[in-house]
Amino acid sequence: MTGVAAAIGVALWLADRYLPQQTDSPLEQLNSLLPNTQCGQCGYPGCRPYAQAVLSGEAEINQCAPGGDATVATIARLLGKSTAKIDPAYGAYKPGRVAVINEPACIGCALCLDACPVDAIVGAHRYTHSVISSECTGCELCLPPCPVDCISITPISPIKNSAKQVA
Amino acid sequence: MTVPVIVVAQPDWGIRFPERPTAGGELQVLPLPNSVCVPLQQHTGTEAIAVVQPGEHVLTGQPIAAIRDHTLGAKLHAPISGTVTRIQRSAVPGRRESLSIFIESDGRDERWPNYLSRNNPLRLSTRELRQAVIEGGIVGLGGATFPAGVKLNPGSGVDTLILNGAECEPMISCDEALMSNESPLMLLGAQIMLRILEADECIIAIKQGMDASFEAIKQALEKLQDDRFRIALVPPVYPIGGEAQLIQMLTDREMPSGGLPWDCGAICQNVATAAAVARQLTSGEPLISRIVTVTGKGVRNPGNFLARIGTPISELVAAAGGYSEQAAGSLVMGGPMMGIRLPGDSLPVTKACNCIYAPGVDELANKPAEKACIRCGDCATVCPVNLMPQLLLQTLKVSDYERLGQLGLPDCIDCGCCDYVCPSDIPLTRHFIDAKQNLWEISFEKRRAEKAARRISEREKRQKRDTDRREQSFEDQIHAVTDTEAAKQKLAALLQRVNQKADDS
Repeated sequence: MTGVAAAIGVALWLADRYLPQQTDSPLEQLNSLLPNTQCGQCGYPGCRPYAQAVLSGEAEINQCAPGGDATVATIARLLGKSTAKIDPAYGAYKPGRVAVINEPACIGCALCLDACPVDAIVGAHRYTHSVISSECTGCELCLPPCPVDCISITPISPIKNSAKQVA
Repeated sequence: MTVPVIVVAQPDWGIRFPERPTAGGELQVLPLPNSVCVPLQQHTGTEAIAVVQPGEHVLTGQPIAAIRDHTLGAKLHAPISGTVTRIQRSAVPGRRESLSIFIESDGRDERWPNYLSRNNPLRLSTRELRQAVIEGGIVGLGGATFPAGVKLNPGSGVDTLILNGAECEPMISCDEALMSNESPLMLLGAQIMLRILEADECIIAIKQGMDASFEAIKQALEKLQDDRFRIALVPPVYPIGGEAQLIQMLTDREMPSGGLPWDCGAICQNVATAAAVARQLTSGEPLISRIVTVTGKGVRNPGNFLARIGTPISELVAAAGGYSEQAAGSLVMGGPMMGIRLPGDSLPVTKACNCIYAPGVDELANKPAEKACIRCGDCATVCPVNLMPQLLLQTLKVSDYERLGQLGLPDCIDCGCCDYVCPSDIPLTRHFIDAKQNLWEISFEKRRAEKAARRISEREKRQKRDTDRREQSFEDQIHAVTDTEAAKQKLAALLQRVNQKADDS
């Protein structure tokens, strides 16, 4: 019995010593929970900087509006904090939205191309631009640079349960 | 030949409702409506595209809308002959509003001449049969309206076809009416589907107590002499008519979580779908009518009616004797358990419309207020998909969507059994429907976030590559200037002059 215990003990010690530790750093784990829209609504220049700020205790966990309350809850569980609602000062949770360019109004200035963090807008100087909706994150970063305000954020309509009223 | 009959044992879930009178198996034909409204979106998939213009004259059964290319959908046909008056957005029972084609009847019900009538459809090839099902705009008539041509996918490894006549909800009897009146047609439809699927057997599921239907099917089977058919008598437990539940009860195979019926080698088709398939392949008549049960204390003479698609629901109610004094003033499409409340009776009958339930005042008593969960576990014993509603509710309250996914929330079929037994009157199903929607949104956003992260890192790499290249080309340009022979001589001369100056001073 003692021999078995000793063998298991040694095996466990070896495993602990030589097997790779948990692969993802806390920063990576936290970053992967965030919506990665890089929208900057939290007051930081991107998702990773915000994750860093949360880890260092500089920022609160409820500043990521695009992530919604569910993201706050998962962050809270990861960090062992108590969950909270999204702080309205940083915007509201608006899921399932994409940017749409009103193409007849677009003047082809190409300013929005640079603003898009995920390269979801295609176009060239003096040609109409268009949003690839399957890649768009709805981060709204393309709205301010547009000189003619031809971009709008609209809800996508995926196949989902219609709001039923059960009798 | 005697017809093999299996009697299925009581399942350990579900609810046995006290016997309620149904409208029975009698079938009445509704008079032709003066006008119809055919929504372009009344099936699972994408909206159909209208192929007729306002002002055009159409004949009964003429195609009026086509399937959008490369999408899931179903064709639509004119239910009556007459003139297309307008195509505009209109309310659809149980769905969001959709473009709809309005047809004013000319009263003649003139048939489209291009019908392809066949004498022996079973001699056609699998492909031709399947094409005909798609042409006929046939969808699952049990209520889910999934395009039948897509579900009848040959080569998907299905060996068992289940004809679902088990009638899920209490009070609905449209399938009973169909089986009592059109058994031979239904069996021909089943033979066609067996041929398309290359399946070896067909189990016809009917509820214990549907005696008229049983006799009708038995007689038709004895005449048919086809040993691939069996009749299964299932106990009257709700929701045994659910696809996954029926497959499990009859074949002992469980549909995997998030899977499709053919993952376990069996598919379910409603009995009315089978009849529609046979009708399309014999007389060539596409899906332009269906049987609708009109029931509840809110109407005078409940019954089953054969109605054209697009008929206003008010005409069905009128055919059932009109509203009674006890009518609660609301209408439900579907049964009392899973039905959807309708905004009014001007809406049209759609392919999904199996039942119009007009509750009486006493049937729609105010629901008592929600109380706290006492963790009795009654909901877990009735759940047909083996979920634990009490645990789901608790998890839902703390918005732990990850765990809700693990607990199997997406497998909930909205049957409402947990609501029915809950002693604290908690509207669990309502919560679960909302939560499934949220869960769907969250997983969508998560996938989107992962994709965005990938794209952002690619973009950063590209930007770095661009700057590097720009710097490199700038350096190259400098070198291009400084490395030429003339430039070297100039530089040497310059250096010489500088050195001379230094020497001189």
